[in-house]
Amino acid sequence: MRRLNVFASLVRDSLDIITHGTKKYHLWMAFLTFIMLIGMYCYSIQLEEGLSVTGMTDRVSWGLYISNFTFLVGVAAAAVMLVMPTYVLKDIDFKQAVLIGEGLAVAALIMCLAFVVADMGGPSVLWHMLPGIGVFNFPNSMLTWDVIALNGYLFINISIPFYILFRHYQGKESKKSVYLPGALISVFWAVGIHLVTAFLYQGLQARAFWNNALLGPRFLASAFAAGPALIILVLAIIRTFTEFKIENKVLKKLALVVTIAAQINLIMLVSELFKEFYAPTHHSESAYYLFFGLDGKTALLPWIWTAISMNVIATVILTFHKLRNNLKVLYFACGLLFVAIWIEKGFGLIVPGFIPGPYGKIAEYTPTGIEVGVTLGIWAMGALIFTVLARTAIEIETGKMRYKKKER
Amino acid sequence: MSDDGKKWFKLNLNSKHKQESSSACGCGKTSGGCNSHQKEDFNEEEFFEAAVDASIGDERKKDGFDQVFDVKMNRRSAFKKLTASLLIGAGAVTTSCSVTTGKDDKEKAQIDWEEQFKGNYKLMTDDEKSGTVDRLVRSYQLRTGKTISMSSKNAAEDVLFGYAFNISKCQGYMDCVSACVEENNQDRNSQMQYIRIHEMDNGKGFNFNEADDNYYHEVPAEGHFYMGTQCFHCDNPPCIEVCPVQATWREDDGLVVVDYDWCVGCRYCMAACPYDGRRFNWSKPEVPEEEMNRNQHYLGNRMRKKGVVEKCTFCVQRSRAGKNPACVEACPTGARVFGNLLDPKSTIRWVLENKKVFRLKEDLGTEPKFWYYMD
Repeated sequence: MRRLNVFASLVRDSLDIITHGTKKYHLWMAFLTFIMLIGMYCYSIQLEEGLSVTGMTDRVSWGLYISNFTFLVGVAAAAVMLVMPTYVLKDIDFKQAVLIGEGLAVAALIMCLAFVVADMGGPSVLWHMLPGIGVFNFPNSMLTWDVIALNGYLFINISIPFYILFRHYQGKESKKSVYLPGALISVFWAVGIHLVTAFLYQGLQARAFWNNALLGPRFLASAFAAGPALIILVLAIIRTFTEFKIENKVLKKLALVVTIAAQINLIMLVSELFKEFYAPTHHSESAYYLFFGLDGKTALLPWIWTAISMNVIATVILTFHKLRNNLKVLYFACGLLFVAIWIEKGFGLIVPGFIPGPYGKIAEYTPTGIEVGVTLGIWAMGALIFTVLARTAIEIETGKMRYKKKER
Repeated sequence: MSDDGKKWFKLNLNSKHKQESSSACGCGKTSGGCNSHQKEDFNEEEFFEAAVDASIGDERKKDGFDQVFDVKMNRRSAFKKLTASLLIGAGAVTTSCSVTTGKDDKEKAQIDWEEQFKGNYKLMTDDEKSGTVDRLVRSYQLRTGKTISMSSKNAAEDVLFGYAFNISKCQGYMDCVSACVEENNQDRNSQMQYIRIHEMDNGKGFNFNEADDNYYHEVPAEGHFYMGTQCFHCDNPPCIEVCPVQATWREDDGLVVVDYDWCVGCRYCMAACPYDGRRFNWSKPEVPEEEMNRNQHYLGNRMRKKGVVEKCTFCVQRSRAGKNPACVEACPTGARVFGNLLDPKSTIRWVLENKKVFRLKEDLGTEPKFWYYMD
C-alpha cells in the first residue's frame, strides 16, 4: 500500500515536472506535438486508403518504415554499451549517463514497434499474433523471434531504470542484487535483438543481397557506432540545458566505443565491397544497383555515396586522438556517423534487397509525402517520449524530486 | 532415394509412402511448433480479451470516435485500446440487441462481429469452416442482394497438384492472364495479375534480366520466345515458414494458400518468395458487380480485403472440383498442363517422364511443383 502511495506521488510529481519548464522546453514540446499531429493525420489517410498511399509496390514491398525500424533496433541495442561498463564492469564514470542511455533505448524500441505497426496492412487484426488467442508461429518465423526480443528488451529497459529511480525517489540506495541480474541479461539481450533483426533478412534465400553471413555482425558494428554516437550528442545537449553533471571523461570513453565500432564497421564494408565487386556474379546485381545504378536507374546513388563519404570522414576524424578529444569536432563526427549509418542501414539495406526483383525487374522506390509524414511523426513521438523520460530521471537524480518533499 | 538423413526437403513423386505432410495440421511439419493441435475455442473471458486486443480500429464501422482512436493506434496506449474496444463492442451489442434496428442490420452486425473474431482457417474443424463460409455468403447477400456460392472443400486424398509449361508452344497471347484475372476476382484498379509472361530474345537463352514482362505489342514478336511465371506452389515454400501468424500454409494437395481474413499484412512472405509469386492489396480491391465470379472458394477467389496478401491458388475453386485452372483452359496453344502428380496416368506425369523438364532456381531448395519443358 505504501508503495502504491509512493508510486502515485511519483506519477504526480513527474507530471508536474514534465508540464513545467523553460520557454525553450515548451517550444520544443509544442514543436514535437505539432509534428506528431501531422504524422497522425498522415497515418489516418493511410488507414483509410490503404498502403497504396505509400511508395511501396508489389516489386518493392518494404520501404521507409521497415528501414527506420531496422536502424532503430540498432540504436536501442546501443544502450548496452553504457549498461555493461556501469553495472557489470563497475565503471563509476558511466553511472550518470546510463539512465539516459536506457531512456533512449525505451524511446527507440517504442519507435520500432510503431514503425512495424505503421507498415502493417491490417493493424486491426494484430491480435492474431498474440499467443493464446492467436497463432504465434514460433520458432519458424524470425518475425516472432523479433517480437519476443524487442518486447523483452523493452521490458528490461523500463524495469531496471524504474527500479533505480523509484528507490532514489524515496531517498534510498538501489540494491545491486535486484538490478544486476537484469543488467546482465540485458547485455546479452541487446546483442540478441540486433542479431535476430539481422536474421530476419539474412535468412531469406530469395534475396541474395541480404542472404549474407556478414549481415548480422555488420549490424552489430554499425549499431554500436551509431547508437553511442547519438548518446554522445544527447548527453552534450543535456549538459548544456540542465544541471545534470556529465563529465568530459564519460563522453571521451563513449567516443572510444564509437571509434572502435566505426572502424570495425568500415573493415566489414570493405570486405563486403570486395566480395561483391572483385568477382561479380548474378548475386551482386543489387550491390551494383545500390552503388552504381542499373539500366540508368540510379535513385539510391546520391544516398549511398553521401553515406559512405560521411562514414569514412567520421571514422578518420574519430581515429585521431587529437581530433576526437576536441569535443566540438567529436560532436560533428558523431552527427556525421549517425546520419551515415541511418542511410546505410535503412534505405541502403532494405530497398536494394528488392531491386532487381526475382526476375531481374528494376522498379525503383521513392517514398511519398504521406510516408515521410508518418515517419517524421514517429520520430517526433520518440523524441517526446525520450524528453519526458530524461527530464523525470534528471530531476530525480539531481535530488530535486523526492518523495514528500514539496518545495516547488 | 532415401528420405532419411536428407539435408533438405525432397519432393519424391514416385515414393511408395504417402507424402508425410498428411499430419492433421497440414503445415507440412510433424515436429509441432505450428500450434495446430490446440483447440481454438474461445470461452467468454478469452473472447472479451480478444475483443479488447482487436479493437485497435474496426474498419467496418468507422464513426468519428473510431477514427480518432484509429489514428492514435500506434501509441499503443492500453487505455485507448480499451476504450476504443468498449465503444465498438457496445456499438455491436446495441445494434444486435436493439428492438428498433432492422432485422437485417442486426444480422449484419452479428456476422461482422463473429467474422472479426473467428480463428485461423487452417486450424478450423470442417463445421467451423462451413460456418464461416455460410456467414460470408449471407453477408454478401445482405450487402448486395446477390447470391454467391462459396466452397470450403478440403484437399482430396492421394492428390498432389503439379503444373508444366511448354516453352516451345507459348506465343505470349496472354489469354491466361486475363482468364486468371476474371476467374480469381483480382482488383481491377491496380491491374493485379498473378501470371507474368516474360518475352525473351532468341539466342540469349533464359535471360530474365533482359526479358520484358510488360509488353504491349502484337505477338508472337519476331525473334522472341515466351515464358510464364506465377506461384510455383513449392513443396518446401519459404513463404509459409516466415509468416508470423500462419496465415499461409501448404495444403495436403500441395496448394500453397492464404487465409485472407487471418493475414496481418506484414508482407514478410513477399520478401521471402524467390519467384515473385505473391501480391498485396495496397488499397481496397474492387471488382464490378457484373464481372464478379460467383463460384468461389474460401481459400481461392472470394473477395479479399484491403491490406492482405494473395496469390495464385491453381484456381482451388476449380481444381478441387476436378477442373483445370482457368489459365490452362484459356491457353490457345496448349502450352499449359495441369494435373495430379500422384496419378501415374495423368498428362502431367507423362510430361515429367517423357520430356526434358527443368525448374527455376532449383538451387534454393524450394522444390517448385512447376516444371518447364520444350518440344
